[in-house]
Amino acid sequence: MKTMFLRTRRIRPESKSGTRKSRLQAIVAALFVLLVASASVYAFGVLKHDPTLTDLRARLLGASALHPFGTDHLGRDVLTRLLLGGGQTLGYSLLALGAALIIGIPFGLIAGYKRGRIDRLFMRVADGFLAFPDTIVAIVLSGLLGAGIGNLVLAIVIVKWVSYARLVRSTVLSESQKDYVAVARTNGLSDARIMSRHLLPHIAGNVLVLASLDLGKIILLISSLSYIGLGAQPPTPEWGAMLNDSRPYFQSRPELMVYPGLAIVSTVLLANMLGDVLRDRFDVKKEAQP
Amino acid sequence: MSRQIAERRDARSAAQLPGAHASIGNSSPVLIVDGLTRTYAGAARPAVQDVGFALGRGECLGLVGESGCGKSTLARCLLKIEEADAGSIVLGGQDIAPLRGRKLRPHRRKIQIVFQNPAAALNPKLRIRDSLLDPYLRLGREAKLSRFAFASREAYVRQLLEAVELPAEIAGRYPHELSGGQRQRVTIARAIGIEPDVVVLDEPTASLDVISQGAVLDLLTELRASLGLSYLFISHDLAAVHRMSQRIMVMRSGQIVDRFGADELFADERHPYTRELISIF
Repeated sequence: MKTMFLRTRRIRPESKSGTRKSRLQAIVAALFVLLVASASVYAFGVLKHDPTLTDLRARLLGASALHPFGTDHLGRDVLTRLLLGGGQTLGYSLLALGAALIIGIPFGLIAGYKRGRIDRLFMRVADGFLAFPDTIVAIVLSGLLGAGIGNLVLAIVIVKWVSYARLVRSTVLSESQKDYVAVARTNGLSDARIMSRHLLPHIAGNVLVLASLDLGKIILLISSLSYIGLGAQPPTPEWGAMLNDSRPYFQSRPELMVYPGLAIVSTVLLANMLGDVLRDRFDVKKEAQP
Repeated sequence: MSRQIAERRDARSAAQLPGAHASIGNSSPVLIVDGLTRTYAGAARPAVQDVGFALGRGECLGLVGESGCGKSTLARCLLKIEEADAGSIVLGGQDIAPLRGRKLRPHRRKIQIVFQNPAAALNPKLRIRDSLLDPYLRLGREAKLSRFAFASREAYVRQLLEAVELPAEIAGRYPHELSGGQRQRVTIARAIGIEPDVVVLDEPTASLDVISQGAVLDLLTELRASLGLSYLFISHDLAAVHRMSQRIMVMRSGQIVDRFGADELFADERHPYTRELISIF
């Protein structure tokens, strides 16, 4: 009786579903990379279109061997712009993310390690930044400094660095209480050295996970703000801006909106998947299990 | 009546100047602590109050007391992890209590610590090799090491692991791949690697199983003899202290209430609190 009860309550081993999930993710990611790679080779190796060259005689053409995805309202090759636009969106997202990390990590390290007055001051500043929603900051900055991808990146950095500072601070706060930090201090290591040698390795996993999850959000933010005209300016190929450009032709050529839309969705999904994989990899609880 | 007399006498002896006690090892003290007091912010009474003692060269001085009596605070003050509010810590002829930062660094080499929990005392993200090299790279370069002469990083680490009876291949591992006893041996190796004068052992065996405890205590005794170290052996385990130490101090509520030679542990004139500890043990 007792064993039966135990047997029904037994939890299915988690690892099986975990590997299946990660395998599916790996396959999807590999397919996507393959797709982008083959399209790039085709576009740049075979076709070699200028992404900003307008040709009004060839506007709004359907798919052909010369223009696999057709042309847009100014006669530019859609596939070329789509691929270069990916570079724009992803490049600026990574730039914004990198800048947020460079500001947030030292900020959190110092606040968590020094504690006391410095910590309180740092965290009040961070709370101040946290009070502004990202879209509002982007719109206000565009209003003040003019629309443009540079100001958009600035707005994202202003909003995003705080979460890294807080994440790093909380990890450092608990780690720096441990005896090995006290030992490092008795061994004459400077504060900077203790932070870089002993504390920085502890935050790498968490920060990487948060960053990859943030990447998707930032891509969305850049695309959506470019869509409403606050990000990339014409004729720069950018997915959000391309969506906006194609809007008037939605009735006759809906695929012109579908292509960049699909590109945004799949890239964001991929970034989130990467975040999931990294989170599983750096999961503290899993690490603790034998 | 006799108990009152005993208490009064102990109070007097505790107040006596350090160094005035008999049987301090074979030469001049390597560490003299006097009037050491440390009060935490918001606490009603000091965690460590007017503690004084002298540690002879090559001696093992035991310090017993229950949890929370101030033993670890005393250790942290001696290592300058925390700053004492008052008192002096004369280490090798120099009072290190008022020193900070750059001025303190040359003296840090003379005193090292082994903590109770080796899992927390080793950085889980650093390989054993790197943890062992930390003290030498910051403090040991100026020192003339006799036993662990530094030829190369690999050779130095191998010597240290050998000294604590660990296989050399451990150098490339991470702390979580080691057993508790092995980890504690690593922290001991780290503490003795720059050949300090004094090693503070803050309950070094409290987190180990009984067999590892015995082995680690034997190792510590052997290292003390071969390297000429002086130990301040802090423990709540009266048996371990009795086994390791030549002299024993009893701490209660931040104060030293009794001090005696290890062979006088069971003598009649012991402080009532000491007798209480003995009865528990």
